[in-house]
Amino acid sequence: MFKRFCITLAALFSLSVNAEVFVEVVEGIEEPTHIAVVPFGWDGENALAEDVSAIIANDLRQSGMFKLMAEQDMLSSPEQQDQIFFRDWRISGNDYMLVGSLKPSATGVSAHVELFDILSEQKIWAQDIDSEGASLRDVAHYIADQVFQKITGIRGAFSTQVVYVTAQGRGDSRKYRLQMADSDGARSQTILSSKEPIMSPTWSRDGKKLAYVSFETDKPVIYIHHWETGVRQSIQSFKGLNGAPAWDPTGNKLAIVLSKDGNPEIYVLNLKTGSLERTPRHYGIDTEPTWSPDGRSILFTSDRAGRAQIYSVDLATRVTKRLTFKGSYNSRGRLTQDGRFLTMVHQDSSGYHIAVQELKSGNLRILTSSKDDESPSISPNGVVVMYATKQGGKGVLAGGSLDGKNKFTMPSSLGEVREPAWSPFLN
Amino acid sequence: MKISNMTQVKKVSKFASIAVAALIVAGCSGQVKTAADVDDASAASTSPANTGSQVTGINSENVGDLQSVYYFEFDQSVIRSEALPSLALHAQFLAQNSAASVRLEGHADEQGTREYNIALGERRAQAVEQFFIGRGVGGNQVETISYGEEKPDFSGLASKSRRVEVRYTAK
Repeated sequence: MFKRFCITLAALFSLSVNAEVFVEVVEGIEEPTHIAVVPFGWDGENALAEDVSAIIANDLRQSGMFKLMAEQDMLSSPEQQDQIFFRDWRISGNDYMLVGSLKPSATGVSAHVELFDILSEQKIWAQDIDSEGASLRDVAHYIADQVFQKITGIRGAFSTQVVYVTAQGRGDSRKYRLQMADSDGARSQTILSSKEPIMSPTWSRDGKKLAYVSFETDKPVIYIHHWETGVRQSIQSFKGLNGAPAWDPTGNKLAIVLSKDGNPEIYVLNLKTGSLERTPRHYGIDTEPTWSPDGRSILFTSDRAGRAQIYSVDLATRVTKRLTFKGSYNSRGRLTQDGRFLTMVHQDSSGYHIAVQELKSGNLRILTSSKDDESPSISPNGVVVMYATKQGGKGVLAGGSLDGKNKFTMPSSLGEVREPAWSPFLN
Repeated sequence: MKISNMTQVKKVSKFASIAVAALIVAGCSGQVKTAADVDDASAASTSPANTGSQVTGINSENVGDLQSVYYFEFDQSVIRSEALPSLALHAQFLAQNSAASVRLEGHADEQGTREYNIALGERRAQAVEQFFIGRGVGGNQVETISYGEEKPDFSGLASKSRRVEVRYTAK
């Protein structure tokens, strides 16, 4: 009886919150910058393994900050400055253009690229790049990073990696895989393959370690994969849940979720000393921890107010405060690296969407209109959010700019895809 | 021998309702989260019942024939009243066979986030665990694990994914 009464109270409370739901669209989104990435010339005998200019164009498009000129609309294919008739490119509405050429070199392929401001006809960047045996994809992502930074002033994040989990097959042939790929989804490789679930991959801030949960021993165990040494380390596991690892900014501590004391609570494990400290206890479900960039507080999801909302706890004062108020359900928060924006899973009457909240103002913007969206992960430069969604009933990764305007999906041949974790800057 | 004989189930049902009533009382005495989360609906059907077990014949040979998958309502970890008779038979077998042990696997549907669903699956497994312990099963005979939404039922039906599976690790 008592419990039923509590549930009724909680339901009333969430109803009253519902009645006040409104979502503000944060204005001030600039129009995308128009750019022409002209197909690069190739001065070699055999066709190249990669279409470098197409990779660059795709990177820029996926950032949501650029509108790419269609190749078939280009009247010419200049490879360097003296071949460019700026007037033609200006008339076609472009702000910038990138031209380039590739030729064989002693160690692979060398590229020469030039970036122009079409209005002023000024060369704003030019560089010779030798692949030195590296993949042309690395060269392409490097060029895209440079172009992005020269034009927007924001560091490019195309030379980064994404880790995610796939699940394929049924019954005994079911296979879970931990995959790593370029940020555009290419060059996917398997890090771990198991018959039992793999969950919650998360990068340390320096990009040198990955923590995740694997059920391969028939119970959830948190593992740390050290990229440099290839060493895989398991951390001490406890009765019940062992999950949702989150690195502190130093990489010396992990926030984890354990239910060893009866229900899920957030603990801080010091990997150097082995000490384990519990954050303030609550009988509800507390989970999905993530650290503030200054390492002073942990954000987490709790159903203590009835349904899931995001809270933060100051680790020094142990004061907990609620951060999300719009909508009856907000969970799995992740902060941008500057700590200004919080992305989350937000539920409204049409389903679960990815939303972003500016912490200072509390303004919430719903970024997606698909209804099964989860696990948002933000690019290290804070421009793009990648998330898991369903397409035709199947789990796929999708991404979009934080202004909600641009969307893309990343196909996979490995079945259901979920839980993308975007790496930090790696170079 | 199949344990699906009508008279037998009916008797067990009566027996089960005693435990239900006891749990509800515990809930009223201020324990906010009753461990087994047995709902009020089952209490409403409570009728005076015979004391003492009338169920016999559950043994290691036939316990595997019992229902072993129990479904839950959306976002709930309350054991459905119709699951109680069958769960009571599992509990009876375990209580009488201290060498037997079970693994309770909690699952959730795909709605909501993965980490929350792991927690929800655990609550469901714990609800069954507490029901067993409340009927004399030793704590060391029961182990729980939650898979959250990671192992959905392949029917694609959310209602089939919200479940606890009872698996014997020794019998």
